[in-house]
Amino acid sequence: MNRAHALLALLVACLAALPLVANSYVLSVATLILFFAFAGQAWNVMMGFAGQLSLGHSLYVGVGAYAAAGLYFHYGLGAWAGIWLAIALCVLLGAAIGFLAFRFGISGVYFALLTIAFAEFTRIGFDHIDWLGGPGGLFIKVEHRVGWDLVNLRGAPAMFYYVMLALTAAAFALCAGLLRSRAGYYWQAIRENEEAAQALGINTFRWKMLAVVISAAMTAVAGVFFAFYYNNLFPEQIFHISRSIEIILGPIIGGLGTLFGPILGAAVLTVLADGITELLAALGWEFPGVKQVFYGIVLLAVIMFLPHGIWPALARKLGVGR
Amino acid sequence: MSTLLEVRGISKSFRGLRAVTDASFEVPQGTIRALIGPNGAGKTTCFNVIAGVFAPDAGAITFDGRPIHGLRPDQVCRAGIGRTFQIVKPFAGLSVIENVIVGALKRAPSVPAAKKHAAEIVEKLGLGAKRDLPASSLTLPDRKRLEVARALATRPKLLLLDEVMAGLRPTECDQMVEIFREINRADGLTILLIEHVMRAVMALAQHVIVLNHGEVIARGTPAEVVRDAAVLECYLGEEAEV
Repeated sequence: MNRAHALLALLVACLAALPLVANSYVLSVATLILFFAFAGQAWNVMMGFAGQLSLGHSLYVGVGAYAAAGLYFHYGLGAWAGIWLAIALCVLLGAAIGFLAFRFGISGVYFALLTIAFAEFTRIGFDHIDWLGGPGGLFIKVEHRVGWDLVNLRGAPAMFYYVMLALTAAAFALCAGLLRSRAGYYWQAIRENEEAAQALGINTFRWKMLAVVISAAMTAVAGVFFAFYYNNLFPEQIFHISRSIEIILGPIIGGLGTLFGPILGAAVLTVLADGITELLAALGWEFPGVKQVFYGIVLLAVIMFLPHGIWPALARKLGVGR
Repeated sequence: MSTLLEVRGISKSFRGLRAVTDASFEVPQGTIRALIGPNGAGKTTCFNVIAGVFAPDAGAITFDGRPIHGLRPDQVCRAGIGRTFQIVKPFAGLSVIENVIVGALKRAPSVPAAKKHAAEIVEKLGLGAKRDLPASSLTLPDRKRLEVARALATRPKLLLLDEVMAGLRPTECDQMVEIFREINRADGLTILLIEHVMRAVMALAQHVIVLNHGEVIARGTPAEVVRDAAVLECYLGEEAEV
Protein backbone atom coordinates (compact mmCIF):
# COMPACT_ATOMS: atom_id res chain seq x y z
CA MET A 1 0.00 0.00 0.00
CA ASN A 2 2.93 2.30 0.76
CA ARG A 3 4.21 1.85 -2.72
CA ALA A 4 0.82 2.90 -4.11
CA HIS A 5 0.84 6.01 -1.92
CA ALA A 6 4.36 6.92 -3.05
CA LEU A 7 3.43 6.56 -6.71
CA LEU A 8 0.29 8.58 -6.18
CA ALA A 9 2.24 11.37 -4.44
CA LEU A 10 4.75 11.40 -7.29
CA LEU A 11 1.97 11.67 -9.84
CA VAL A 12 0.28 14.53 -8.00
CA ALA A 13 3.62 16.36 -7.70
CA CYS A 14 4.25 16.00 -11.44
CA LEU A 15 0.75 17.20 -12.27
CA ALA A 16 1.09 20.16 -9.91
CA ALA A 17 4.37 21.18 -11.55
CA LEU A 18 3.11 20.73 -15.10
CA PRO A 19 2.04 24.38 -15.81
CA LEU A 20 5.59 25.51 -15.00
CA VAL A 21 6.99 23.63 -17.97
CA ALA A 22 4.08 23.04 -20.34
CA ASN A 23 3.06 25.29 -23.21
CA SER A 24 -0.54 26.33 -23.68
CA TYR A 25 -1.35 23.42 -26.00
CA VAL A 26 -0.09 20.79 -23.58
CA LEU A 27 -1.90 22.52 -20.75
CA SER A 28 -5.20 22.51 -22.66
CA VAL A 29 -4.83 18.78 -23.38
CA ALA A 30 -3.99 18.15 -19.72
CA THR A 31 -7.07 20.11 -18.62
CA LEU A 32 -9.20 18.08 -21.00
CA ILE A 33 -7.76 14.84 -19.60
CA LEU A 34 -8.59 15.94 -16.06
CA PHE A 35 -12.10 16.92 -17.14
CA PHE A 36 -12.74 13.45 -18.55
CA ALA A 37 -11.00 11.84 -15.59
CA PHE A 38 -13.34 13.68 -13.25
CA ALA A 39 -16.52 12.99 -15.23
CA GLY A 40 -15.40 9.38 -15.72
CA GLN A 41 -15.00 8.94 -11.99
CA ALA A 42 -18.50 10.31 -11.49
CA TRP A 43 -19.93 7.82 -13.98
CA ASN A 44 -17.83 5.04 -12.46
CA VAL A 45 -19.62 5.45 -9.11
CA MET A 46 -22.85 4.46 -10.78
CA MET A 47 -21.69 1.82 -13.26
CA GLY A 48 -18.33 0.68 -11.95
CA PHE A 49 -19.32 0.49 -8.30
CA ALA A 50 -23.07 -0.12 -8.30
CA GLY A 51 -23.47 -1.72 -11.75
CA GLN A 52 -26.13 0.70 -13.05
CA LEU A 53 -25.43 1.53 -16.69
CA SER A 54 -26.08 5.15 -17.61
CA LEU A 55 -25.70 6.17 -21.23
CA GLY A 56 -27.11 9.61 -20.58
CA HIS A 57 -24.58 11.34 -18.38
CA SER A 58 -24.50 14.26 -20.82
CA LEU A 59 -27.80 15.16 -19.14
CA TYR A 60 -26.04 16.09 -15.90
CA VAL A 61 -23.13 17.80 -17.68
CA GLY A 62 -25.60 19.91 -19.64
CA VAL A 63 -28.02 20.77 -16.85
CA GLY A 64 -25.12 21.57 -14.51
CA ALA A 65 -23.47 23.75 -17.16
CA TYR A 66 -26.65 25.62 -18.09
CA ALA A 67 -27.70 26.16 -14.47
CA ALA A 68 -24.45 27.85 -13.48
CA ALA A 69 -23.97 29.67 -16.79
CA GLY A 70 -27.55 30.96 -16.71
CA LEU A 71 -27.13 32.39 -13.22
CA TYR A 72 -23.86 34.06 -14.25
CA PHE A 73 -25.22 35.36 -17.53
CA HIS A 74 -28.41 36.85 -16.13
CA TYR A 75 -27.57 37.73 -12.53
CA GLY A 76 -23.78 37.85 -12.46
CA LEU A 77 -23.67 35.10 -9.84
CA GLY A 78 -20.30 33.33 -9.89
CA ALA A 79 -19.65 29.68 -10.56
CA TRP A 80 -19.39 28.78 -6.90
CA ALA A 81 -22.90 30.02 -6.27
CA GLY A 82 -24.24 28.41 -9.41
CA ILE A 83 -22.66 25.08 -8.55
CA TRP A 84 -25.22 24.54 -5.77
CA LEU A 85 -28.13 25.06 -8.12
CA ALA A 86 -26.43 22.78 -10.65
CA ILE A 87 -25.96 20.04 -8.05
CA ALA A 88 -29.50 20.43 -6.73
CA LEU A 89 -31.07 20.18 -10.17
CA CYS A 90 -28.97 17.18 -11.19
CA VAL A 91 -29.67 15.39 -7.92
CA LEU A 92 -33.39 15.91 -8.50
CA LEU A 93 -33.15 14.65 -12.08
CA GLY A 94 -31.03 11.66 -11.06
CA ALA A 95 -33.45 10.83 -8.26
CA ALA A 96 -36.39 11.05 -10.66
CA ILE A 97 -34.76 8.70 -13.18
CA GLY A 98 -33.60 6.35 -10.44
CA PHE A 99 -37.02 6.29 -8.80
CA LEU A 100 -38.82 5.55 -12.05
CA ALA A 101 -36.41 2.77 -12.95
CA PHE A 102 -35.79 1.09 -9.61
CA ARG A 103 -39.32 1.42 -8.28
CA PHE A 104 -40.71 -0.33 -11.34
CA GLY A 105 -37.92 -2.85 -11.73
CA ILE A 106 -36.35 -1.46 -14.90
CA SER A 107 -32.76 -2.62 -15.10
CA GLY A 108 -29.91 -3.41 -17.46
CA VAL A 109 -30.27 -2.16 -21.02
CA TYR A 110 -33.77 -0.84 -20.34
CA PHE A 111 -32.37 1.35 -17.61
CA ALA A 112 -29.68 2.54 -20.04
CA LEU A 113 -32.40 3.39 -22.58
CA LEU A 114 -34.24 5.40 -19.95
CA THR A 115 -31.11 7.46 -19.25
CA ILE A 116 -30.66 8.12 -22.98
CA ALA A 117 -34.31 9.16 -23.26
CA PHE A 118 -33.96 11.69 -20.45
CA ALA A 119 -30.83 13.19 -21.99
CA GLU A 120 -32.47 13.39 -25.41
CA PHE A 121 -35.69 15.03 -24.37
CA THR A 122 -33.81 17.46 -22.18
CA ARG A 123 -31.73 18.38 -25.23
CA ILE A 124 -34.88 19.04 -27.23
CA GLY A 125 -36.39 20.91 -24.30
CA PHE A 126 -33.39 23.22 -24.02
CA ASP A 127 -33.74 24.10 -27.70
CA HIS A 128 -36.95 25.83 -26.64
CA ILE A 129 -35.72 27.71 -23.60
CA ASP A 130 -35.07 31.17 -25.02
CA TRP A 131 -33.96 32.44 -21.63
CA LEU A 132 -30.90 30.20 -22.03
CA GLY A 133 -30.35 31.04 -25.67
CA GLY A 134 -32.26 28.15 -27.22
CA PRO A 135 -30.58 26.39 -30.15
CA GLY A 136 -28.46 29.51 -30.82
CA GLY A 137 -26.44 28.84 -27.68
CA LEU A 138 -25.52 30.63 -24.49
CA PHE A 139 -22.28 32.62 -24.39
CA ILE A 140 -20.67 33.91 -21.26
CA LYS A 141 -18.22 36.76 -21.37
CA VAL A 142 -14.56 35.90 -21.67
CA GLU A 143 -12.44 38.17 -19.52
CA HIS A 144 -9.35 38.10 -17.31
CA ARG A 145 -7.50 35.71 -19.56
CA VAL A 146 -4.34 36.39 -17.59
CA GLY A 147 -5.43 36.95 -14.00
CA TRP A 148 -6.75 34.50 -11.43
CA ASP A 149 -10.32 35.34 -10.48
CA LEU A 150 -11.10 32.15 -8.60
CA VAL A 151 -14.25 33.59 -7.08
CA ASN A 152 -15.90 34.01 -10.49
CA LEU A 153 -13.93 31.20 -12.14
CA ARG A 154 -12.57 33.60 -14.75
CA GLY A 155 -8.89 33.58 -15.50
CA ALA A 156 -5.86 32.09 -17.16
CA PRO A 157 -5.71 28.54 -18.54
CA ALA A 158 -3.37 27.55 -15.70
CA MET A 159 -6.06 28.47 -13.17
CA PHE A 160 -8.58 26.20 -14.90
CA TYR A 161 -5.97 23.48 -14.96
CA TYR A 162 -5.43 23.71 -11.20
CA VAL A 163 -9.17 23.88 -10.49
CA MET A 164 -9.69 20.73 -12.54
CA LEU A 165 -6.71 19.05 -10.86
CA ALA A 166 -8.15 19.84 -7.42
CA LEU A 167 -11.58 18.54 -8.46
CA THR A 168 -10.11 15.32 -9.86
CA ALA A 169 -8.06 14.76 -6.71
CA ALA A 170 -11.12 15.42 -4.54
CA ALA A 171 -13.20 13.00 -6.60
CA PHE A 172 -10.47 10.37 -6.26
CA ALA A 173 -10.43 10.79 -2.48
CA LEU A 174 -14.23 10.67 -2.35
CA CYS A 175 -14.37 7.49 -4.46
CA ALA A 176 -11.64 5.84 -2.39
CA GLY A 177 -13.56 6.65 0.78
CA LEU A 178 -16.86 5.44 -0.65
CA LEU A 179 -15.38 2.17 -1.86
CA ARG A 180 -14.07 1.36 1.61
CA SER A 181 -17.30 2.30 3.31
CA ARG A 182 -20.51 0.35 3.83
CA ALA A 183 -21.84 1.93 0.62
CA GLY A 184 -18.91 0.55 -1.38
CA TYR A 185 -19.48 -3.00 -0.19
CA TYR A 186 -23.23 -2.78 -0.74
CA TRP A 187 -22.86 -1.29 -4.22
CA GLN A 188 -20.44 -3.99 -5.31
CA ALA A 189 -22.73 -6.66 -3.91
CA ILE A 190 -25.65 -5.20 -5.90
CA ARG A 191 -23.44 -5.04 -9.00
CA GLU A 192 -22.39 -8.68 -8.66
CA ASN A 193 -25.76 -10.19 -7.77
CA GLU A 194 -28.72 -8.09 -6.80
CA GLU A 195 -30.87 -10.96 -5.55
CA ALA A 196 -28.15 -12.23 -3.24
CA ALA A 197 -27.53 -8.70 -2.02
CA GLN A 198 -31.17 -8.32 -1.11
CA ALA A 199 -31.17 -11.65 0.71
CA LEU A 200 -28.36 -10.28 2.88
CA GLY A 201 -30.60 -7.49 4.09
CA ILE A 202 -29.54 -4.76 1.67
CA ASN A 203 -32.29 -2.36 0.67
CA THR A 204 -31.18 -2.33 -2.97
CA PHE A 205 -33.54 0.47 -3.98
CA ARG A 206 -32.09 2.87 -1.47
CA TRP A 207 -28.43 2.11 -2.22
CA LYS A 208 -28.89 2.27 -5.98
CA MET A 209 -30.59 5.65 -5.54
CA LEU A 210 -27.62 6.84 -3.51
CA ALA A 211 -25.21 5.82 -6.29
CA VAL A 212 -27.24 7.66 -8.92
CA VAL A 213 -27.55 10.78 -6.81
CA ILE A 214 -23.82 10.97 -5.97
CA SER A 215 -22.90 10.33 -9.60
CA ALA A 216 -25.31 13.01 -10.81
CA ALA A 217 -24.03 15.56 -8.29
CA MET A 218 -20.41 14.96 -9.29
CA THR A 219 -21.23 15.19 -12.99
CA ALA A 220 -23.06 18.48 -12.34
CA VAL A 221 -19.79 19.89 -11.03
CA ALA A 222 -18.08 18.78 -14.24
CA GLY A 223 -20.80 20.63 -16.15
CA VAL A 224 -20.22 23.87 -14.24
CA PHE A 225 -16.51 23.66 -15.03
CA PHE A 226 -17.31 22.97 -18.67
CA ALA A 227 -19.48 26.09 -18.92
CA PHE A 228 -16.87 28.42 -17.45
CA TYR A 229 -13.95 26.87 -19.30
CA TYR A 230 -15.47 26.84 -22.78
CA ASN A 231 -17.78 29.84 -22.25
CA ASN A 232 -20.31 28.65 -24.83
CA LEU A 233 -23.08 26.10 -24.55
CA PHE A 234 -25.26 24.58 -27.25
CA PRO A 235 -27.97 22.02 -26.42
CA GLU A 236 -27.06 20.18 -29.61
CA GLN A 237 -23.52 19.62 -28.35
CA ILE A 238 -23.66 19.37 -24.63
CA PHE A 239 -26.61 16.98 -24.35
CA HIS A 240 -25.54 14.89 -27.32
CA ILE A 241 -25.14 11.17 -26.76
CA SER A 242 -21.60 11.32 -28.10
CA ARG A 243 -20.69 13.33 -25.00
CA SER A 244 -22.11 10.57 -22.79
CA ILE A 245 -20.08 8.03 -24.73
CA GLU A 246 -16.91 10.11 -24.40
CA ILE A 247 -17.40 10.19 -20.64
CA ILE A 248 -17.83 6.44 -20.29
CA LEU A 249 -14.99 5.35 -22.61
CA GLY A 250 -12.32 6.42 -20.13
CA PRO A 251 -13.51 4.24 -17.23
CA ILE A 252 -14.21 1.28 -19.54
CA ILE A 253 -10.78 1.42 -21.14
CA GLY A 254 -9.00 2.27 -17.89
CA GLY A 255 -10.81 -0.28 -15.74
CA LEU A 256 -14.44 -0.35 -14.70
CA GLY A 257 -15.02 -0.15 -10.96
CA THR A 258 -11.39 0.63 -10.17
CA LEU A 259 -10.26 3.86 -8.54
CA PHE A 260 -7.52 4.75 -10.96
CA GLY A 261 -9.03 3.34 -14.14
CA PRO A 262 -11.12 6.40 -15.11
CA ILE A 263 -8.08 8.68 -14.74
CA LEU A 264 -5.76 6.40 -16.69
CA GLY A 265 -8.39 5.78 -19.36
CA ALA A 266 -9.00 9.50 -19.84
CA ALA A 267 -5.26 10.11 -20.20
CA VAL A 268 -4.70 7.29 -22.67
CA LEU A 269 -7.68 8.18 -24.84
CA THR A 270 -7.15 11.93 -24.92
CA VAL A 271 -3.41 11.80 -25.50
CA LEU A 272 -3.61 9.18 -28.22
CA ALA A 273 -6.66 10.69 -29.95
CA ASP A 274 -5.13 14.16 -29.95
CA GLY A 275 -1.78 12.75 -30.94
CA ILE A 276 -3.24 10.97 -33.94
CA THR A 277 -5.22 14.02 -35.01
CA GLU A 278 -2.09 16.18 -34.74
CA LEU A 279 0.02 13.63 -36.56
CA LEU A 280 -2.41 13.38 -39.43
CA ALA A 281 -2.70 17.18 -39.59
CA ALA A 282 1.09 17.47 -39.72
CA LEU A 283 1.10 15.02 -42.62
CA GLY A 284 -1.50 17.15 -44.33
CA TRP A 285 -4.31 14.61 -43.96
CA GLU A 286 -7.41 15.73 -42.23
CA PHE A 287 -10.26 13.32 -41.80
CA PRO A 288 -13.34 14.49 -39.98
CA GLY A 289 -14.36 11.85 -37.42
CA VAL A 290 -10.91 10.26 -37.18
CA LYS A 291 -11.12 10.63 -33.39
CA GLN A 292 -14.32 8.58 -33.22
CA VAL A 293 -12.86 5.85 -35.40
CA PHE A 294 -9.82 5.82 -33.16
CA TYR A 295 -11.99 5.54 -30.03
CA GLY A 296 -13.66 2.54 -31.59
CA ILE A 297 -10.36 0.85 -32.34
CA VAL A 298 -8.99 1.42 -28.84
CA LEU A 299 -12.22 0.12 -27.32
CA LEU A 300 -12.06 -3.02 -29.47
CA ALA A 301 -8.44 -3.63 -28.60
CA VAL A 302 -9.03 -3.22 -24.87
CA ILE A 303 -12.09 -5.48 -24.87
CA MET A 304 -10.17 -8.14 -26.79
CA PHE A 305 -6.90 -8.08 -24.90
CA LEU A 306 -7.63 -6.48 -21.52
CA PRO A 307 -11.31 -7.11 -20.77
CA HIS A 308 -10.94 -5.68 -17.26
CA GLY A 309 -9.29 -2.52 -18.59
CA ILE A 310 -5.72 -1.29 -18.61
CA TRP A 311 -5.38 -0.40 -14.96
CA PRO A 312 -5.83 -3.87 -13.33
CA ALA A 313 -3.09 -5.26 -15.61
CA LEU A 314 -0.84 -2.27 -15.02
CA ALA A 315 -1.46 -2.32 -11.27
CA ARG A 316 -0.21 -5.91 -11.11
CA LYS A 317 2.97 -4.89 -12.97
CA LEU A 318 3.52 -1.97 -10.62
CA GLY A 319 2.80 -4.14 -7.62
CA VAL A 320 0.06 -1.91 -6.23
CA GLY A 321 -3.57 -2.54 -5.31
CA ARG A 322 -6.47 -1.34 -7.35
CA MET B 1 -40.12 -24.98 23.25
CA SER B 2 -41.52 -21.87 21.68
CA THR B 3 -42.26 -21.63 17.98
CA LEU B 4 -39.82 -19.46 16.04
CA LEU B 5 -41.33 -19.84 12.58
CA GLU B 6 -44.94 -20.67 11.93
CA VAL B 7 -46.17 -21.23 8.38
CA ARG B 8 -49.97 -21.31 8.27
CA GLY B 9 -51.79 -22.45 5.14
CA ILE B 10 -49.61 -20.79 2.51
CA SER B 11 -50.39 -21.21 -1.17
CA LYS B 12 -48.50 -19.96 -4.18
CA SER B 13 -49.35 -20.39 -7.86
CA PHE B 14 -47.44 -19.37 -10.95
CA ARG B 15 -49.84 -18.64 -13.83
CA GLY B 16 -52.26 -21.23 -12.61
CA LEU B 17 -49.61 -23.80 -11.77
CA ARG B 18 -49.95 -24.51 -8.07
CA ALA B 19 -46.46 -24.75 -6.61
CA VAL B 20 -47.51 -24.80 -2.97
CA THR B 21 -51.02 -25.57 -1.70
CA ASP B 22 -52.18 -24.85 1.81
CA ALA B 23 -48.87 -25.83 3.41
CA SER B 24 -48.56 -25.51 7.19
CA PHE B 25 -45.64 -26.34 9.45
CA GLU B 26 -43.67 -24.80 12.25
CA VAL B 27 -40.07 -24.67 13.34
CA PRO B 28 -39.56 -24.51 17.11
CA GLN B 29 -36.77 -22.37 18.58
CA GLY B 30 -33.40 -24.11 18.66
CA THR B 31 -34.31 -27.12 16.49
CA ILE B 32 -33.13 -28.41 13.13
CA ARG B 33 -35.95 -29.36 10.77
CA ALA B 34 -35.80 -30.66 7.22
CA LEU B 35 -38.14 -30.08 4.31
CA ILE B 36 -37.91 -32.97 1.87
CA GLY B 37 -39.81 -34.18 -1.15
CA PRO B 38 -39.29 -35.20 -4.77
CA ASN B 39 -38.22 -32.71 -7.45
CA GLY B 40 -40.88 -30.12 -8.12
CA ALA B 41 -42.62 -30.68 -4.79
CA GLY B 42 -42.56 -26.95 -3.98
CA LYS B 43 -39.75 -26.89 -1.44
CA THR B 44 -37.79 -24.01 -2.93
CA THR B 45 -41.01 -22.08 -3.57
CA CYS B 46 -41.79 -22.51 0.13
CA PHE B 47 -38.37 -21.05 0.96
CA ASN B 48 -38.81 -18.18 -1.44
CA VAL B 49 -42.18 -17.33 0.09
CA ILE B 50 -40.70 -17.40 3.60
CA ALA B 51 -37.68 -15.34 2.49
CA GLY B 52 -39.86 -12.69 0.85
CA VAL B 53 -38.95 -13.35 -2.80
CA PHE B 54 -42.65 -14.01 -3.47
CA ALA B 55 -45.64 -12.96 -1.41
CA PRO B 56 -47.96 -15.93 -0.74
CA ASP B 57 -51.34 -15.95 -2.52
CA ALA B 58 -52.91 -17.06 0.73
CA GLY B 59 -51.82 -17.92 4.24
CA ALA B 60 -49.71 -16.36 6.95
CA ILE B 61 -46.12 -16.62 8.12
CA THR B 62 -45.20 -15.62 11.65
CA PHE B 63 -41.59 -15.25 12.68
CA ASP B 64 -40.51 -14.50 16.21
CA GLY B 65 -44.04 -13.45 17.07
CA ARG B 66 -44.68 -11.09 14.17
CA PRO B 67 -46.13 -11.57 10.67
CA ILE B 68 -43.51 -11.48 7.90
CA HIS B 69 -45.48 -12.52 4.80
CA GLY B 70 -45.39 -9.82 2.14
CA LEU B 71 -42.14 -8.29 3.42
CA ARG B 72 -39.27 -7.72 0.98
CA PRO B 73 -36.27 -10.10 1.15
CA ASP B 74 -34.09 -7.46 2.83
CA GLN B 75 -36.74 -6.88 5.48
CA VAL B 76 -37.04 -10.61 6.12
CA CYS B 77 -33.27 -10.76 6.52
CA ARG B 78 -33.39 -7.88 8.96
CA ALA B 79 -36.10 -9.68 10.93
CA GLY B 80 -33.54 -12.45 11.48
CA ILE B 81 -33.81 -15.02 8.68
CA GLY B 82 -30.68 -15.88 6.73
CA ARG B 83 -30.85 -17.97 3.58
CA THR B 84 -28.70 -19.71 1.00
CA PHE B 85 -29.58 -20.22 -2.65
CA GLN B 86 -29.89 -23.64 -4.25
CA ILE B 87 -28.19 -22.25 -7.34
CA VAL B 88 -25.33 -20.47 -5.64
CA LYS B 89 -25.12 -16.73 -6.12
CA PRO B 90 -21.66 -15.60 -5.06
CA PHE B 91 -20.50 -12.02 -5.60
CA ALA B 92 -18.10 -13.39 -8.19
CA GLY B 93 -15.89 -10.33 -8.58
CA LEU B 94 -15.33 -9.92 -4.84
CA SER B 95 -12.99 -11.97 -2.69
CA VAL B 96 -14.25 -14.62 -0.30
CA ILE B 97 -13.81 -12.40 2.73
CA GLU B 98 -15.47 -9.43 0.98
CA ASN B 99 -18.48 -11.62 0.20
CA VAL B 100 -18.85 -12.40 3.88
CA ILE B 101 -18.20 -8.80 4.95
CA VAL B 102 -21.25 -7.73 2.91
CA GLY B 103 -23.36 -10.08 5.02
CA ALA B 104 -21.68 -9.07 8.27
CA LEU B 105 -22.33 -5.37 7.64
CA LYS B 106 -26.03 -5.99 8.25
CA ARG B 107 -25.55 -6.15 12.01
CA ALA B 108 -22.07 -4.70 12.43
CA PRO B 109 -21.85 -1.07 13.55
CA SER B 110 -18.82 -0.36 11.34
CA VAL B 111 -16.74 -1.78 8.49
CA PRO B 112 -13.83 -2.84 10.77
CA ALA B 113 -16.28 -4.67 13.07
CA ALA B 114 -17.79 -6.41 10.05
CA LYS B 115 -14.32 -7.43 8.83
CA LYS B 116 -13.54 -8.99 12.20
CA HIS B 117 -16.82 -10.89 12.34
CA ALA B 118 -16.45 -12.04 8.73
CA ALA B 119 -12.92 -13.34 9.41
CA GLU B 120 -14.23 -15.50 12.27
CA ILE B 121 -16.98 -16.98 10.12
CA VAL B 122 -14.68 -17.66 7.18
CA GLU B 123 -12.42 -19.60 9.58
CA LYS B 124 -15.36 -21.51 11.02
CA LEU B 125 -16.48 -22.63 7.56
CA GLY B 126 -12.96 -23.74 6.65
CA LEU B 127 -12.44 -21.07 4.00
CA GLY B 128 -9.60 -19.34 5.86
CA ALA B 129 -6.90 -20.33 3.38
CA LYS B 130 -8.97 -18.97 0.49
CA ARG B 131 -10.16 -15.77 2.07
CA ASP B 132 -8.47 -13.45 -0.42
CA LEU B 133 -9.24 -15.42 -3.56
CA PRO B 134 -11.98 -14.14 -5.85
CA ALA B 135 -15.23 -16.01 -5.25
CA SER B 136 -15.32 -16.86 -8.96
CA SER B 137 -12.29 -19.13 -8.50
CA LEU B 138 -13.94 -21.36 -5.89
CA THR B 139 -15.03 -24.94 -6.52
CA LEU B 140 -18.70 -25.83 -6.07
CA PRO B 141 -18.31 -27.23 -2.52
CA ASP B 142 -16.49 -24.05 -1.51
CA ARG B 143 -19.16 -21.91 -3.13
CA LYS B 144 -21.76 -23.75 -1.05
CA ARG B 145 -19.69 -23.04 2.05
CA LEU B 146 -19.48 -19.40 1.01
CA GLU B 147 -23.28 -19.25 0.70
CA VAL B 148 -23.55 -20.53 4.26
CA ALA B 149 -20.84 -18.19 5.53
CA ARG B 150 -22.53 -15.16 4.01
CA ALA B 151 -25.92 -16.07 5.46
CA LEU B 152 -24.42 -16.78 8.88
CA ALA B 153 -22.66 -13.41 8.85
CA THR B 154 -26.03 -11.65 9.02
CA ARG B 155 -26.42 -13.19 12.52
CA PRO B 156 -29.74 -14.87 11.78
CA LYS B 157 -32.05 -16.45 14.33
CA LEU B 158 -33.23 -18.87 11.67
CA LEU B 159 -31.09 -20.23 8.85
CA LEU B 160 -32.75 -21.50 5.66
CA LEU B 161 -30.44 -23.92 3.83
CA ASP B 162 -31.43 -24.81 0.28
CA GLU B 163 -29.61 -28.00 -0.75
CA VAL B 164 -26.19 -27.04 0.52
CA MET B 165 -25.08 -30.69 0.51
CA ALA B 166 -25.83 -31.34 -3.16
CA GLY B 167 -22.67 -32.09 -5.08
CA LEU B 168 -20.56 -32.65 -1.96
CA ARG B 169 -18.60 -35.86 -1.45
CA PRO B 170 -19.68 -37.93 1.57
CA THR B 171 -16.74 -36.74 3.69
CA GLU B 172 -17.41 -33.11 2.77
CA CYS B 173 -21.07 -33.68 3.57
CA ASP B 174 -20.13 -35.02 7.01
CA GLN B 175 -17.96 -31.96 7.63
CA MET B 176 -20.87 -29.68 6.80
CA VAL B 177 -23.17 -31.69 9.06
CA GLU B 178 -20.65 -31.26 11.86
CA ILE B 179 -20.50 -27.49 11.27
CA PHE B 180 -24.30 -27.14 11.46
CA ARG B 181 -24.54 -29.32 14.54
CA GLU B 182 -21.90 -27.21 16.22
CA ILE B 183 -23.59 -23.92 15.31
CA ASN B 184 -26.95 -25.27 16.44
CA ARG B 185 -25.52 -26.54 19.74
CA ALA B 186 -23.22 -23.65 20.61
CA ASP B 187 -25.22 -20.66 19.33
CA GLY B 188 -28.70 -22.14 19.57
CA LEU B 189 -29.29 -21.32 15.90
CA THR B 190 -32.54 -22.70 14.49
CA ILE B 191 -32.19 -24.34 11.07
CA LEU B 192 -34.69 -25.29 8.37
CA LEU B 193 -33.10 -27.20 5.52
CA ILE B 194 -34.20 -28.45 2.14
CA GLU B 195 -32.17 -31.51 1.36
CA HIS B 196 -32.06 -34.47 -0.97
CA VAL B 197 -29.01 -36.03 0.60
CA MET B 198 -30.69 -38.36 3.13
CA ARG B 199 -27.36 -38.98 4.84
CA ALA B 200 -27.41 -35.35 5.95
CA VAL B 201 -31.12 -35.28 6.75
CA MET B 202 -30.83 -38.34 8.97
CA ALA B 203 -27.81 -36.94 10.74
CA LEU B 204 -29.15 -33.43 11.30
CA ALA B 205 -32.91 -33.19 11.50
CA GLN B 206 -34.91 -34.17 14.56
CA HIS B 207 -38.10 -33.67 12.57
CA VAL B 208 -38.90 -33.92 8.87
CA ILE B 209 -41.69 -32.36 6.80
CA VAL B 210 -42.45 -34.06 3.47
CA LEU B 211 -43.92 -32.11 0.56
CA ASN B 212 -45.35 -33.59 -2.61
CA HIS B 213 -47.15 -31.64 -5.34
CA GLY B 214 -47.09 -28.60 -3.09
CA GLU B 215 -48.85 -30.30 -0.19
CA VAL B 216 -47.53 -31.57 3.12
CA ILE B 217 -48.05 -35.33 2.99
CA ALA B 218 -46.18 -36.47 6.07
CA ARG B 219 -44.25 -35.25 9.08
CA GLY B 220 -42.37 -36.87 11.90
CA THR B 221 -38.93 -38.08 12.88
CA PRO B 222 -36.62 -39.11 10.02
CA ALA B 223 -37.06 -42.77 10.98
CA GLU B 224 -40.85 -42.42 10.86
CA VAL B 225 -41.14 -40.68 7.52
CA VAL B 226 -38.89 -43.09 5.64
CA ARG B 227 -41.34 -45.86 6.55
CA ASP B 228 -44.43 -43.81 5.74
CA ALA B 229 -46.45 -45.35 2.91
CA ALA B 230 -47.35 -42.02 1.29
CA VAL B 231 -43.73 -40.94 1.32
CA LEU B 232 -42.52 -44.18 -0.19
CA GLU B 233 -45.15 -43.89 -2.86
CA CYS B 234 -44.20 -40.39 -3.91
CA TYR B 235 -40.54 -41.27 -4.15
CA LEU B 236 -40.76 -44.75 -5.60
CA GLY B 237 -44.19 -44.89 -7.22
CA GLU B 238 -47.05 -47.24 -6.36
CA GLU B 239 -46.12 -50.73 -5.43
CA ALA B 240 -46.34 -52.76 -8.58
CA GLU B 241 -47.63 -56.27 -8.84
CA VAL B 242 -44.77 -58.51 -9.73
